[in-house]
Amino acid sequence: MFKHILKHVTGGPVTEAAPAASEAALKELAGKVDAAARKRLGRSLSIREVDAGSCNACELEIHALNNPIYDLERFGIRFVASPRHADVLLVTGPVAKNMAEALKRTWDATPDPKWVVACGDCAIDGGVFRDGYACTGGVDAVVPVDLRIPGCPPRPAELLAGLLALLETSAK
Amino acid sequence: MYFGDEPLTGIINRIGTRVDGHGPWPRFTTTSGGWRTLIETLSGNAWSLLGLWGEPAAVHAAVREDLSGEVAVVSLDCPDGKFLSMGHVRPGAIRLERAIQDLYGLKAEKSVDARPWLDHDAWGVTHPLGAQPGKPRHAPRPYPVLPMEGEGLHQIPVGPVHAGIIEPGHFRFTANGETVVRLEERLGYVHKGIEGLMRGKRVEEAAKLAARVSGDSTVAHSLAFARAVEAAMGIVVPPRAVWLRALMAELERIANHLGDIGAVCNDAAFAFMLAELSQLREAVLRACDAVFGHRLMMDRVVPGGVAVDIAEHDPARLLGLVEELRRRFPPLVAVYENKASLQDRTVTTGCVSAQLVKRFAAGGFVGRAAGRGLDARRSPAYPPYDDLEFEVPVLTDGDVNARVWIRIKEVEQSLGLVEQIVKRMPGVPRNERGETPLPRVPAEGTAGEGMALVEGFRGEILTWVRVNADGTVDRCHPRDPSWFQWPLLEAAIEGNIVADFPLCNKSFNCSYSGHDL
Repeated sequence: MFKHILKHVTGGPVTEAAPAASEAALKELAGKVDAAARKRLGRSLSIREVDAGSCNACELEIHALNNPIYDLERFGIRFVASPRHADVLLVTGPVAKNMAEALKRTWDATPDPKWVVACGDCAIDGGVFRDGYACTGGVDAVVPVDLRIPGCPPRPAELLAGLLALLETSAK
Repeated sequence: MYFGDEPLTGIINRIGTRVDGHGPWPRFTTTSGGWRTLIETLSGNAWSLLGLWGEPAAVHAAVREDLSGEVAVVSLDCPDGKFLSMGHVRPGAIRLERAIQDLYGLKAEKSVDARPWLDHDAWGVTHPLGAQPGKPRHAPRPYPVLPMEGEGLHQIPVGPVHAGIIEPGHFRFTANGETVVRLEERLGYVHKGIEGLMRGKRVEEAAKLAARVSGDSTVAHSLAFARAVEAAMGIVVPPRAVWLRALMAELERIANHLGDIGAVCNDAAFAFMLAELSQLREAVLRACDAVFGHRLMMDRVVPGGVAVDIAEHDPARLLGLVEELRRRFPPLVAVYENKASLQDRTVTTGCVSAQLVKRFAAGGFVGRAAGRGLDARRSPAYPPYDDLEFEVPVLTDGDVNARVWIRIKEVEQSLGLVEQIVKRMPGVPRNERGETPLPRVPAEGTAGEGMALVEGFRGEILTWVRVNADGTVDRCHPRDPSWFQWPLLEAAIEGNIVADFPLCNKSFNCSYSGHDL
């Protein structure tokens, strides 16, 4: 194992260069972060991920952000275990009615200032699960949404571009 | 050839009447007396219960005689809204019966557990798929967890929102100090009503829902749906599509196993393995993206064939991926094998007995790590696997370590399969001008019923479908392997310490979405 690690030390990091912040996301976020919030957050964001009925594909790609290739933490963005430690709720899924209460309570438990990111097509408008008795039809049916990252599921690079836009806006 | 007193078809022929237009295995309707005989037979060990699902006025059970591999579906009409529970002989059926009760309003009589399961009283309707959907309840019903009594016992509630980036569900631990005395799961939080959404949709549209039953098994669920539809409508798929599907299924298996082996080690506080294996997983996903146009290969397997063919230069790329993984994976396996601190966490942790695995008919690495060596690719088998060489690894320890080893060996086997498929695939690849036709036929045919058994990375997926003459879905039931694995997690954690739960849970890695539907 140590030989393995040594090789990495000499070979340099596998981490790839960051994508540019998403233009679409910057546009959507314009004016949503006030000066007081920017001062408090600096260049750091804590994210609580909430699966509100996703098929797990979005979670797989969010997981990938933590691998050494995308290495989300180099930007000062990290995933936290409790909504009480979070600035951002990253919500996936069409919000199953069975999860609506839990999502609302998670949002209530997150301290201000806070942002909600709807991650994936289901979270934006319910996607293929929109109709029917069991889903609310998107995150904004339950909590207000600040940023939408489309895709089914969004690629890690797209997730990263969206989150970097949020970081850029909050750190201006 | 048969085993026991009477073969499966013998018994079922005696208790039931064969229904026309069900493929590839027969379906029989029976009476309440015949249903009772079925339950008596299931109390023995010769048969597996593969699935149990409802319709507005009927229930269906799929069974297999394990040694001969014979499969059949037995159906019971429930004109008075009741059927006899089989939960006391097949505990794996209990949650399926509770789900039938919630969705269709059919009551499982003499059930050992009559609590609701998927219905959390939030839908604004009761038994939404039943003949007559009911009015919502005024207030949510209380959900009593199973009572536990004893000195020094305390409860730890966890979820539905968990600490990690995982799906939601509620776990109620009863612990004595550090030791878990009982774990009770409560699921259903990600119920999206997929079975209801599929009704009346054209098969092409319903296939999109099938692809999103469980995102990590999107290829396997799409394949199970497509095969069931093709069996129902009498569609013959071009040979090249059959091989392309298997190629995607094996790549999906490799990607999931690589990620999960790393995640199990990470839950044993050994982050090095996750950092390394997540890079290998990323390499597989990027290859899938380049070759099939989607990292998880979602919506690539469709009824009638495949939605995308590989290009002329892709076989070389995939063989390069196989070569890269064969070079980079074994040194990491050696690290897992030789790290005493890691072995200390995984060996003898979270044991499941062979008896329980058999009783619940648990498939996949959960079953194969505890002596149940069934694999749908071998039995009942489906093309092209009957034409490919691979081994089905089986271990008997039933602990976290055994489940990790099954996955390690399956990665090795699947790499061999990818290589064989790429080298031997029939047909002509997509050329640069795009004039080679896709290996796909229109999803058209007769009305009928079909069933498919497909081996996903977690285990055996059963999908049953009835298609109308106009090409719409009348009823579809995808049964994820997790239905029969979740209950065993409750057994695996018993007597372990609370801190080992994440490790046990990850070694099972059951699907919440696939289970909740």
